[in-house]
Amino acid sequence: MARDGSTQARPRPIHPWPLRLMHWLNALAIVMMIGSGWQIYNAAPLFNFSIPETLTIGAWLGAGIAWHLAFLWLLLANGLAYLIWGFASGHFKQKLWPILPGQVMREFIAALRFKLPHQKGVYNAVQKLLYVGVIFAGLVVVISGLGIWKPVQLWFFTDLCGGYYIARYVHFFAMASIVAFMAVHILLVLMVPRVLPPMITGGEMPEGQS
Amino acid sequence: MKQLDLNRRKLLSRALALGAITALPGCNYEDPAHPDVADWFLHKMSAFNDEMQALLFNPNTLAPTFSPGMITNPPRFNAFYDMSQAPVVDPATYALELGGQIQDKQSWTLAALRALPQEGQITRFVCVEGWRVIGQWSGVPLGYFLHRIGADVTCKYVSFKCADGYYSSIDMASALHPQTILALDFLNAPLTAPFGAPVRLRIPTKLGFKNPKSIMQLAVSNVYTGGYWEDQGYNWFSGS
Ligand code: HEM
Repeated sequence: MARDGSTQARPRPIHPWPLRLMHWLNALAIVMMIGSGWQIYNAAPLFNFSIPETLTIGAWLGAGIAWHLAFLWLLLANGLAYLIWGFASGHFKQKLWPILPGQVMREFIAALRFKLPHQKGVYNAVQKLLYVGVIFAGLVVVISGLGIWKPVQLWFFTDLCGGYYIARYVHFFAMASIVAFMAVHILLVLMVPRVLPPMITGGEMPEGQS
Repeated sequence: MKQLDLNRRKLLSRALALGAITALPGCNYEDPAHPDVADWFLHKMSAFNDEMQALLFNPNTLAPTFSPGMITNPPRFNAFYDMSQAPVVDPATYALELGGQIQDKQSWTLAALRALPQEGQITRFVCVEGWRVIGQWSGVPLGYFLHRIGADVTCKYVSFKCADGYYSSIDMASALHPQTILALDFLNAPLTAPFGAPVRLRIPTKLGFKNPKSIMQLAVSNVYTGGYWEDQGYNWFSGS
């Protein structure tokens, strides 16, 4: 291995830098969007409950909206960059695909028994399903969000979500599935903590694996 | 809106008690006298959002219209005060005052406004809080009125001052939108005090709080004048 700074082939990182950068920017954007979104929710709750104020971002509706519309651009730009990069670099095809139902079942059961194998640089089927699912939820949350923000100018997004009234529910449930994903996602990282450092520093792919 | 103020007070005191961690996320956003880094960031982003919305604004895109059967009944009252405190303006002595870059600044009585062409609409009124109602308004298209009084429509802003101390301002492109009207009627009858008598702005391409009620003065200028809620932190453009 080239440790002397020469330009000889360096070991491939488990997570390339664009992925790591986008992942953490997204985590920041998501936390800010959800926290401020909860503040906005409290102004006219859809259901019989409000979100505890300690969990919300922005001290009142105006501040909540300001945070929400500020971080919207980070979420949007970063999400688009991730989708383009993921398709163009072959990352999605290589790491998130295919998802085989049989494998998902087997590995889900293994996970429940805390016996889920984790190979460096390879996502197991449960992970793949969760990641593709949250990418989809991200798309839905953005489209429904734009639909309720701009029901006149971006009416096609509003219509796509079943109109302004229903779009609010769509937005809420997309948010709820992202929150559910995060709970499982962080739990899995806590169960297998050694996967965390490579998501920060990049890590090294084992020899002979691509 | 009353409830909002309560929440703010409660939160502020708790933020003070819990210290910097809870105070950080924009707790000063409602206190322009003590801006912090978060405020600076949020104001910059809000200005950026004004520009993005101006770009997104298409003068030919119409707000959706609805059938009479879909009108919200009874209508929903909303203001920063109680319904009983809505200002009562005498329609007999009312005169809309004009100011700024306007050639003919003579004020307008209700009768004179009613003699102008009227335009009706059944549109959706979306509140910044997230709820929406459907209502029927009719009155003078603002674009027609601005041309009629010789307003300089190359100016950036049209601003409004109301009988209750409320004030707001909108961009010229939205002011000239065909569905933007100086409403005189609501639900086929002259406006009543809680709903903005005698004249209110009805602009279905913007959020509810950009629809000032009981308008006493209208001005056209290049000077930004903000608004009652806008000055407290709501986004100025607030387009739909
Ligand atoms: C702040 C807490 C978070 C931590 C500690 C965390 C940690 C991680 C780690 C360690 C991985 C790599 C897993 C592996 O190599 O097996 C990963 C991947 C991933 N995370 Fe997170 N994450 C967090 C928040 C989020 C959020 C908020 C989202 C989205 C809503 C998210 C979406 C993803 C996705 C989609 C991947 C797969 C990326 C790809 O390969 O394309 N994460 N995360």
